[in-house]
Amino acid sequence: MSTNTQVFEGGFANPVMGAQQIFRALMDAMANPGRVFDVPELVAAPAPLTPVMAAIAATLFDHDATVWCDKSISASKEAIGWLKFHTGLELVSDPAAAQFALVKDVAAMPSFEAFAKGTSEYPDRSTTVILQLDGFEGENVLTLRGPGIKDTQDFAPSQLPKMFIDQWTGNRAAFPRGIDLIFAGREALAALPRTTRVAKKEA
Amino acid sequence: MTRDFQEMSATADAGRKAAMALLAQATADEMTRFWSVWTDKPEVETLRGPETGLVMVRGRIGGSGAPFNLGEATVTRATVRLGSGAVGHAYALGRQGEKVRLAAVFDALWQDDAKRDVVEKTVLAPIAQRLDEELRTKRAETAATKVDFFTMVRGED
Amino acid sequence: MYVAVKGGETAIRNAHKLLADKRRGDRSVPSIRLDQIVEQLALGVDRVMAEGSLYDLELAALAIKQARGDMIEAIFLVRAYRTTLPRFGYTLPVETAAMAIERRISATFKDLPGGQLLGPTFDYTHRLLDPELAADAAVEAPEERVEETHEPAPRVTDILGHHGMIETDGELPEGTAPGDLTREPLAFPLERDLRLQALARGDEGFLLGLAYSTQRGYARSHPFVGEIRIGEVEVELEVAELDFPLTLGRIRLTECQMVNQFKGSAKQPPQFTRGYGLVFGQSERKAMSMSLCDRALRARELGEDVTAAAQDEEFVISHSDNVQSTGFVEHLKLPHYVDFQAELDLVRRMRAEHERRDVQETAE
Repeated sequence: MSTNTQVFEGGFANPVMGAQQIFRALMDAMANPGRVFDVPELVAAPAPLTPVMAAIAATLFDHDATVWCDKSISASKEAIGWLKFHTGLELVSDPAAAQFALVKDVAAMPSFEAFAKGTSEYPDRSTTVILQLDGFEGENVLTLRGPGIKDTQDFAPSQLPKMFIDQWTGNRAAFPRGIDLIFAGREALAALPRTTRVAKKEA
Repeated sequence: MTRDFQEMSATADAGRKAAMALLAQATADEMTRFWSVWTDKPEVETLRGPETGLVMVRGRIGGSGAPFNLGEATVTRATVRLGSGAVGHAYALGRQGEKVRLAAVFDALWQDDAKRDVVEKTVLAPIAQRLDEELRTKRAETAATKVDFFTMVRGED
Repeated sequence: MYVAVKGGETAIRNAHKLLADKRRGDRSVPSIRLDQIVEQLALGVDRVMAEGSLYDLELAALAIKQARGDMIEAIFLVRAYRTTLPRFGYTLPVETAAMAIERRISATFKDLPGGQLLGPTFDYTHRLLDPELAADAAVEAPEERVEETHEPAPRVTDILGHHGMIETDGELPEGTAPGDLTREPLAFPLERDLRLQALARGDEGFLLGLAYSTQRGYARSHPFVGEIRIGEVEVELEVAELDFPLTLGRIRLTECQMVNQFKGSAKQPPQFTRGYGLVFGQSERKAMSMSLCDRALRARELGEDVTAAAQDEEFVISHSDNVQSTGFVEHLKLPHYVDFQAELDLVRRMRAEHERRDVQETAE
């Protein structure tokens, strides 16, 4: 372990209130797919983790959580050290064995098929994938429909996984199995649960 | 890493491990007392905790076979940073937050070459002495209940 | 039919207030302090820690005080409390061979290295109630015997093991992560690691009864106490932020190695087999019962016939947890008004049917 003290700094100043605030935003985001919720920067973690990404990790992970990190995160000793110190998570090398996945490099991420989709008996035993974004003003606008959305919801994440609409349609087809996505922007977050239908926005 | 450096860091680890083991077994009173007489108190920032949680204690089947989970124990931990930048950690059984926070402070002080001797002499040595004394007493009390067998009658003839 | 009823809030509030009053009792009698419970009712504290599956003397003492001495209620309180705390990790397995021994006896070897150390035992007391204790007479300090060199006390099973007379310690396939029933629900059949975890937190009385049944012929066994040892062991934890395992402190444990005769099977020569008991605190009755149950539950593994309750894993493990048992038994006192109305209707209808048949038969 590096003696770099960066690893030990920057956790929630008030762990209970901080985690509750982020958890509330995550619940609202899951209940309202594609809607963007503002969150303050409550933690400071080593690069490449952004404050929102790290705050979500500090909120959701504990010693029992199995987490897969993409290359650009796992290559940072400081980032991994920070996650271990502040959450106690267990790192796994197989995304299919992970309850959560942290993805910094969205374009290069594994296909959705690589993650755990859960079983028909336990669809909850699936991977929740957390994607780190620049923001929600991307060029490509998606139209979302489904539970939690009154008519339609526009959603324009700055980055998207490759072949996103096809991949997501495949994910939808496996319902009730499937992965859920959380998007960690800058001072904001959003989510796409497996129930949401996605299409390219008609011009 | 060169071999020498590895060995050096292994020795340093052993020293710190022993120091932290003593701090974990200090009483809350001892920690408060040693801290109250510590001259030149550094600035202390708490980075984590003190927070109480659980560890699952493991045993081994038959005493040395495969591990199994025996039951949990309460543990309190803390991480602090001194004005000097040194980071100290402490973990101890129980739920004594302030004791563990001070143990983390002494762990940070111990890492400072200039302070280590003072920590060893004024903090660790008295704790070690008390623990030794307790162990000696326990052994002597237990030894007094050792059965000395006498053969009364032998049935050979 | 579904009837929702509501009510009794005031009654419940007042009942709890009355409970608090009765718990305190006569105000002219000093309130009992937690340190008094820890020091003077130490074995009760140990039982609550063992079956509550949480090592914390002061919490166990508080639970006993809050439960008015009802041990199962106290164990329930401790189990409820532990669910509120985060898990920091799994410790390294404790080394019982390196125990700071407070008591150590063997019924199989008289002269064993380290000796027979009776320690603070009830054995050989006359079980006569002591009026002096009631009168709070001063208690003398214990005797001390300082020995030149401290003789180590190796485990008896290790001594027997040298000659191949006894099976080795229980191994599981390499790389098996120990099961944890606090994380995953039990699915039978279990491996021995999960059985031992369940037995270690199991009800002392239930396991004692089952252990006794094995001696009375329900699951033939002929056990000897290879060794019982009580004392403190060091607890170590590996944490992410440090390169070496940390010492967290010491806990007191009771370990029992029960040695059983084994006729041998097609695969194994005749040798002694073992049952293992390990319990928080000082509790050799529990550790002995645990080791007898552990051995009985290995029937299938050792190719023995499963004929008795103590050998039936589902039976033993499913009913050994007193919090679970008390929850299910005691829920019967909660309102079942609607259920019972339905039963009442049914019985009325059956009675009417019965009477009609009687009348008919008489008429014929």
